Amino acid sequence: MAIKKFAVACYDDEAVLFPAVAKVRHSGYKLHDIYTPFAVHGLDNAMGHKESDLHIAGFIFGLCGTSTAVGFISWILTGDWPINFGGKPHFALPAWIPITFELTVLFAAVGMTMTFCYLNQIMPGVKKHVFHPRQSDDYFVMAVELNEHVNENDVVNFLKETGAKETSVQIAEDSWWYGRFDKTEPYQLLGQ
Amino acid sequence: MNERFEIPGSLKRTSMILLGIGIVTLVLGIALLLGGDSYDKTRFWAVLLHNSVFFTLITTASVFIQAASSLAQGGWIVAYRRVPEAIGANVWLFGLIAAIVMFLIVFVFRIDGKNPIYEWVTPGNDAALMHKKPFLNPGMFVGLTLVTVGLWAFFGWKFRALSIAQESAPKNNAKIYWTFFRLSGVFLLIYALTQMSTTPWMWIMSVQPHWYSTMFSWYTWASAFVSGMSLILLWVVYLKNQGKLELVTKEHIHDLGKFMFAFTIFWTYVWFCQYMLIWYANIPEETVAFKLRQQGPYSIIFYANFIINFIMPFLILMARPSKRNYFTVTFIAMLIIFGHWLDFYQMIMPGPLGEHWHLGWFEMGIFAGFVGILIFSVSRTLASASLVAQNNILLKETIIHIS
Repeated sequence: MAIKKFAVACYDDEAVLFPAVAKVRHSGYKLHDIYTPFAVHGLDNAMGHKESDLHIAGFIFGLCGTSTAVGFISWILTGDWPINFGGKPHFALPAWIPITFELTVLFAAVGMTMTFCYLNQIMPGVKKHVFHPRQSDDYFVMAVELNEHVNENDVVNFLKETGAKETSVQIAEDSWWYGRFDKTEPYQLLGQ
Repeated sequence: MNERFEIPGSLKRTSMILLGIGIVTLVLGIALLLGGDSYDKTRFWAVLLHNSVFFTLITTASVFIQAASSLAQGGWIVAYRRVPEAIGANVWLFGLIAAIVMFLIVFVFRIDGKNPIYEWVTPGNDAALMHKKPFLNPGMFVGLTLVTVGLWAFFGWKFRALSIAQESAPKNNAKIYWTFFRLSGVFLLIYALTQMSTTPWMWIMSVQPHWYSTMFSWYTWASAFVSGMSLILLWVVYLKNQGKLELVTKEHIHDLGKFMFAFTIFWTYVWFCQYMLIWYANIPEETVAFKLRQQGPYSIIFYANFIINFIMPFLILMARPSKRNYFTVTFIAMLIIFGHWLDFYQMIMPGPLGEHWHLGWFEMGIFAGFVGILIFSVSRTLASASLVAQNNILLKETIIHIS
């Protein structure tokens, strides 16, 4: 949660975007994020993101589901309220497998979805700054963070040289917030 | 690109040694077991049946994966498609061996006027067997077996022939591609009507003719398919180690690993569905099969089967890095093939042998012999054409494939 200054560059071609990402990373400027209208294969590698640990979270959520199901059913059917179903033993593991399986899948799926939303800062009703309205249409929008160590004009000129169609400098919230774009966003457009 | 495969001397030697072990075991088996008591004789034939059927089904899985990926227009398989083609082109050999073994069992093998393996051949006045006679009779058996093996072998051969014909076709000519596409549909229909429904009932389930399970063929198919994928993976890794198949990257290995992982779970799903329905319904004529396997003399194999075929591949292959590591996928592939061989063992043996089962020199020797035949025939087929499907119109797609 911080208000920061960004240099924003818009590209209209993947073939220009990928070399630009490499150049920005090589130059040492701090790449904030890239917004694309569709999933671009290989962009996460180009940006230097390592493999996500989301599946480990999924495994742990799954284990929680398995133990919840087995623990709860066995407590009900052997301790709390044992019922005789057709002469089967009270601790009838085969009959519980379907429910255990379903709860494992349910916990893993819901847990992973929520973890994913948290990590990517998306949630119903939650806002994130939109750097360019065409980022959901036909522009690949790259935001580079500006701080006291870099010169604003240098960065903008550098981004133009990498083939950006449009550039701008913006002061904006870098993470999510709850509220409305028009009332609560502390957004300033400094230059085109 | 180094695309021609010359069989290395070590591979040839290995296959010859395995083949030799198989032949020696067979000869010893004829001498020791066929001259023994009735259980020895039954063991001899049951082991031959088990191995020949197992190898026929896992090689046919290669034909299936070609047809399925062709119908889905999948490009990722093209990088190593000569491997399933070469395995599929040898279905005729295993099918022929299986057919000969089964026909000998049906027509020749008798003890005191009874057939100990296929009890339905000599039904006597058993009402249940008489009722099943329209399906379970020697004429039907021979006809269906010949048709099944013949069709599988034909498509296995045809798919490879089409793929090799593409090499000399004009560049970007999709005519053969669409022929292959249409034939894949036909093959899948045939496969669904044979492997996925009738054939395992006839070949395997009928060793216990009083017991029946409608899920049995699915279960057999899942078993055969996951070991067939493992077999393909072993060949791919072997060729990769020889410096061939340069187009195959970690991405392809990862996808093969995903197939092994996914169909391990599918096998468990079907295995458990069959088990749970029978357990829940508790009908004596259905539970008799599991009584023998789970609580009777086979319980050790029953639980080993579950651990080897589900728990180990599931836990080991779950992480992404282990699906991209040559050592773990090779280890799991060998484990899966052995595990499903064991699975077929406990499908077949409890019926004819009861508690007199063995897992000894004869079983292992015959298994080694079949592995020898497999290595020998598949490596010869692989060496007979280029290892890269050069002119395939999906070649570019397979090169840039990311799993």
